[in-house]
Amino acid sequence: MVGAITFINLAWLVPVFPLLGFLIIGFSGKGLMHNMAGIIGSSTILLSFLYTATLFFVMKSSGQDSATITLFNWIAIGSMNIPFAFLIDHLSLTMMLVITGVGTLIHIYSIGYMHHDERVNTFFAQMNLFTFSMLLLVMGANYLVLFIGWEGVGLCSYLLIGFWFKNPAYNYAARKAFIINRIGDLGFILGIILLFFTFKTVTFSEVFAQAASFPTGTTVITLITILLLVGAVGKSAQIPLFTWLPDAMAGPTPVSALIHAATMVTAGIYMIARSSILYNLAPITLNIIIGIGLATALMAAIIGLKQNDIKKVLAYSTVSQLGYMFLALGLGAYSTAVFHVTTHAFFKALLFLGAGSVIHAMGGEQDIMKMGGLKSKMPITYWTFLAATLAISGIPPFSGFFSKDLILNKAFEHNIILYILALGGALITCFYMFRLLYLVFFGEQRLTNAHPHESPQAMTIPLIVLAVLSVFGGFLNVPSLFGGNSNFGSFLQSATTSLSMEEMSHSTETILILVSLALLGLVIYFAYSTFVTRSSVPKADSEPMSFFGKVVYNKFYIDEIYDALFEKPLGFLSDFFFNKVENAVLDPAVDGIGTLTARFGTLVRKLQQGNMSFYLFAMVAGILLFIIFILII
Amino acid sequence: MKEISSAIQIIPLDYYIVLSGTLFSIGLMGVLFRRNIIAILMCIELMFNSVNLLLTAFSAYHSDPAGQVFVFFIMIVAAAEVAVGLSIVVMMKRNVESVDINLLNRLKW
Repeated sequence: MVGAITFINLAWLVPVFPLLGFLIIGFSGKGLMHNMAGIIGSSTILLSFLYTATLFFVMKSSGQDSATITLFNWIAIGSMNIPFAFLIDHLSLTMMLVITGVGTLIHIYSIGYMHHDERVNTFFAQMNLFTFSMLLLVMGANYLVLFIGWEGVGLCSYLLIGFWFKNPAYNYAARKAFIINRIGDLGFILGIILLFFTFKTVTFSEVFAQAASFPTGTTVITLITILLLVGAVGKSAQIPLFTWLPDAMAGPTPVSALIHAATMVTAGIYMIARSSILYNLAPITLNIIIGIGLATALMAAIIGLKQNDIKKVLAYSTVSQLGYMFLALGLGAYSTAVFHVTTHAFFKALLFLGAGSVIHAMGGEQDIMKMGGLKSKMPITYWTFLAATLAISGIPPFSGFFSKDLILNKAFEHNIILYILALGGALITCFYMFRLLYLVFFGEQRLTNAHPHESPQAMTIPLIVLAVLSVFGGFLNVPSLFGGNSNFGSFLQSATTSLSMEEMSHSTETILILVSLALLGLVIYFAYSTFVTRSSVPKADSEPMSFFGKVVYNKFYIDEIYDALFEKPLGFLSDFFFNKVENAVLDPAVDGIGTLTARFGTLVRKLQQGNMSFYLFAMVAGILLFIIFILII
Repeated sequence: MKEISSAIQIIPLDYYIVLSGTLFSIGLMGVLFRRNIIAILMCIELMFNSVNLLLTAFSAYHSDPAGQVFVFFIMIVAAAEVAVGLSIVVMMKRNVESVDINLLNRLKW
């Protein structure tokens, strides 16, 4: 028993391993032997994973629900006291398992993928730092430690998206990600400040204990939750701050996988699930979350229909899936959202790594219109990609089915319109994922000068492991309809407080599943007939499109709208201030003061001629004037 | 002390004021119009002493010893000032072989 407690108290080692990895790889520079960076980088994350897994079982056997590990007193000013502490409970354990587990696979995959890159050391150092920041984020026992991790992932995403910084477009994408995240972070930090002023503490347990005394719908709580939500919207790429995520494809593919699956975008979901007690007190905010989530899910899915870049399609599908997670959060089903985070981590990592494998094989080509017929050339990639596609489309018994079905059920319980819209989004998801699958792997090979080949083992093994997880991950949380007992949901019950809802009857649930399955089947058939049976599939970009098609192809012109709404006016303002205010008024004014002083100086220096009697005369005259002045007054 | 005060009071106060005013003006004019630095120093002394005289007179008339104490201080400060001033004069004489203050305009830069 003592051993178990010591083991739990040493849980701070989990983020320390990646940090060490970062330091070792980062500071050994070019002296590191070839491939060593990848091996060190992967093994540190693997160590963290093993530790977390052991921790999971130790906590389970010792019956401990949560543990707080205080490392040191971080900020102590007067009555304010913020410890640097980690909170290990079921929610953070789940996230830690996902981050380190999927992270390990992505790191191993990177060994193969980044083999030829000259800056492979930097790459692994930054990946380790990324994982470290994310672990800090989910393990922090108060909002401030969470915030360090929050900013850490922001920084690392900037570094990694702009990893190939010699391409100006990639730099631009990295800057965009960073700046849009800053907008969200501003809301987040304001939220923390308001939280601190309200509760006089930022430690989770103390905040939540105090929050219980607030009635539902208190203005200050609503304000705090909305501000925190702004941060989550930025980090988790929701409307209106989602534009950075598709552009984040500029980074190497493993980075995309890491950002989309294990780290970064799940931070917002985690934060809201963590603050579930506060959000339960703010029904207005929950409704906002529902709106944002649903709108994002639909819009991103529609955009995904028309994208031709393999990674862009996946990026929009991530945005869309994150929308579903937000929907679940807004419905008060926090554990469902975290469950979808978990299954999504499996199949989205798999999709990205599979896409990376395809890009690797095609020699850097990312346009799906130029691919095709890769099924026989890359069997492992094909089968794993198929598994992930089935999972994301929500086909039973793949993992995505269980999590997405749960969200749809919650939506149905809440409001039937919500359900129909969410189901529509799911159908669109299914369509564009199968479109991607068919265009890439079926039909004829359309790029003649490429010689696709299966990827090396370092890349295929993570694919296979993730495929297994994508297929069977859903069984973590089998609903009672299928004779399960929702293990995952009840596991998280101690860490998040979901809003209670009436259980729907099994017959309704069955009907819903059958309806969605029938529709999914239709969509898959439709996709098959469009993209496989008809051979005239690939359309050139230049071919005229319908108005709607054009709008979707151009991503609803969101970037252009932001450009016109914010960038142009700001640019105009700065132009105005530079040319009209700075150059025309301020500069001459400052220069004028200088010139005036110099002129006056040339004038008065003529008095200083060194003539002693003149000085004396001036002095006496001055004194006389002074006396006269005094006498008159 | 008493006798000195009464001796001073034999002469009316106006006389003292006129005398010291005249002495002060003579000193001032000397400072302004002489070019010999030694003469200027002497004129400054003259101005000092006119003020001292006035202070003493007022002190006696007001039966307030503070004025006479003040005179002593002025004398001491003046002595120090003369010491410094005369040494400047000596240095000037050594360097420019003259005591004409207009030659000092070379000090302006």
